[in-house]
Amino acid sequence: MARATTTRSKVIFTVIGWTIGFLIFFPILWTFLTSFKSEGAAVATPPQFLFFDWTLENYREVQSRSDYFKHFTNSVVISVGSTLIGLALAIPAAWAMAFSPTKRTKDILMWMLSTKMMPAVGVLVPLYLIFRDWGLLDTRLGLVAVLTMINLPIIVWMLYTYFKEIPGEILEAARMDGASLMKEIVYVLTPMAVPGIASTMLLNIILAWNEAFWTLNLTAANAAPLTAFIASYSSPEGLFWAKLSAASTMAIAPILIMGWFSQKQLVRGLTFGAVK
Amino acid sequence: MLTRTLLLGAASALAMVSFANAETLTIATVNNGDMVRMQKLTDDFTKKNPDIKLEWVTLEENVLRQRVTTDIATKGGQYDIMTIGTYEVPIWAKQGWLLPLDGLAKDYNKDDLLPAIRDAVSVDGKLYASPFYGESAMVMYRKDLAEKAGVTIPEKPTWDQIAEAAKKMTDKSTETYGICLRGKAGWGENMALLTATANSFGARWFDEKWHPQFDQPEWKHALKFYVDLMKEAGPPGASSNGFNENLALFQTGKCGIWIDATVAASFVTNPKESKVADKVGYALFPTGGVENHGNWLWAWNLGVPAGTKKAEAAQKFISWATDKAYTELVASKEGWANVPPGTRTSLYANAEYQKAAPFAKITLDAMTAANTSKPTVKPVPYTGGQFVAIPEFQGIGTAVGQQFSAALAGSMSVDQALQGAQALTTREMTKGGYIK
Repeated sequence: MARATTTRSKVIFTVIGWTIGFLIFFPILWTFLTSFKSEGAAVATPPQFLFFDWTLENYREVQSRSDYFKHFTNSVVISVGSTLIGLALAIPAAWAMAFSPTKRTKDILMWMLSTKMMPAVGVLVPLYLIFRDWGLLDTRLGLVAVLTMINLPIIVWMLYTYFKEIPGEILEAARMDGASLMKEIVYVLTPMAVPGIASTMLLNIILAWNEAFWTLNLTAANAAPLTAFIASYSSPEGLFWAKLSAASTMAIAPILIMGWFSQKQLVRGLTFGAVK
Repeated sequence: MLTRTLLLGAASALAMVSFANAETLTIATVNNGDMVRMQKLTDDFTKKNPDIKLEWVTLEENVLRQRVTTDIATKGGQYDIMTIGTYEVPIWAKQGWLLPLDGLAKDYNKDDLLPAIRDAVSVDGKLYASPFYGESAMVMYRKDLAEKAGVTIPEKPTWDQIAEAAKKMTDKSTETYGICLRGKAGWGENMALLTATANSFGARWFDEKWHPQFDQPEWKHALKFYVDLMKEAGPPGASSNGFNENLALFQTGKCGIWIDATVAASFVTNPKESKVADKVGYALFPTGGVENHGNWLWAWNLGVPAGTKKAEAAQKFISWATDKAYTELVASKEGWANVPPGTRTSLYANAEYQKAAPFAKITLDAMTAANTSKPTVKPVPYTGGQFVAIPEFQGIGTAVGQQFSAALAGSMSVDQALQGAQALTTREMTKGGYIK
């Protein structure tokens, strides 16, 4: 009897799990399917699910109209660049906060997080003026800098939580054995924190890849990443859903594939320290 | 990797500087059919002007507006040519943000521009942007459905005639709705239609002293008429329908009448995408008891921001893209039906264009009927037809649009929506210093 209940609840949970998974995935699936439709079929009512004339026309059109590779390269440079600089700044900061906390550590962490609470548009004009005067408008360097700063609080917070999980005694033991501060961080702390650092890195790359306020507002032609590539296919006057879907599919594909391969790391990193 | 990233960033900064020497024009534009076509045809320009390179930045309309406004207000200098609407041109010109276009090519015939459009992009007699394509609003209806329902729509209909026809054409069992109108909140969405509709009912946004007029009977009449008509003969969920949603409904045969921008005619008559391509009839924007056809007028224009260092080359390009020869270029490559409409008188005198575009005459009539300097029957302190040409209008228009969209959705009454609109507009106009 007990076994029957377990099986039944297992089935129910599986069904619920798959349903939720499908619901979350559905918009992406729909975008993917729409990208193979003609513009007419894309707006047809009732919506056509699988039985329509599949066409690659939209991809051809998008390829001929925009330089996908340029946008893609920009996206990679900006997201990877901002993540690496962010990590280089955040690892020492999180180390200090986790292993030699002061009375004010919590306050500093909260203050860092509070910078994320302000709507981005509130600092658009001041930042735009700074960028203009420093010649950073429409440059990848400028975007790397701004995205690093925006995501830094999240990186510090995530690393801080991971580092807190590492017993301080191990570091003390290393110190007893005569390890210098640098050696302690590089040879003792970092290997233990690799899952945490990896998942922080992955998450941050995704966040930077998807960032669509600063990347649209601070770029024009040269440094525009894939967010601008998508935005160029959206139109309030004219039905271009199929082309927009094709552009979106091309823009999310790389990050989706990266997420797919690294999902174990991501999940492990995100739940790291969840159970104490 | 870190060093490499920094180097790449620095290299791209350097690349920008070297581009600047090679006279590259950066052009910001919207993503719509005519603009995309222009991008494809630019080989013709670069062949004639080998020393000028073109770099396109295409963005969605609202993103583009935010983007170019930030840039021009801070003199960021990211763009050499901007695609802007008739709403921005007079406001920006008065701010000194746009250069007057006094270096256009010799054969750019300014007098050939439609007078209504030319006035809309001129300040003190000087042209501050060159119109690329223009539009007004009109009635598009299904001739077959009208015949089936036994109604005729005259060339100059009244709102009552439209309402009667729409009710008779409605057949909810086959998901055919008599009328499709915009309901999605936004100053350029439902408020464009509702401001024009209000104009045609004799209402106005402000009196001569900038006091909002939503508490007047004309507004109540107009809004109540719209909400009642849409409830009886409109599609479900109309409060989230904008231009695109209505276009999809109309071209899949779900709408009897659609009243919207004239540019829609080229979409609904395109047999590749529209199921009703050969069944569309046209009429002027309806009147509601006063002699006013809404005064809807819009154009996408190319302007040169004051911050650019390449004004001469920019005007060269603008001359190429907006003169008469460009329409002939489009016609030779893509046919007359694809020529950007609504800017030049000569286009409407062209017999080939009239043959290729059955909506040509009505578009011209609608555009000549529009008067943006005197948009309403009663006197007003502002210009602009389906919008009020003051900088505050984007914010106020969208907030009022939300009230009216809620009235259409049924979550508040027409009276409540008007009261809300009156209160918020009064507050904003007082804050803006208009109401003393």
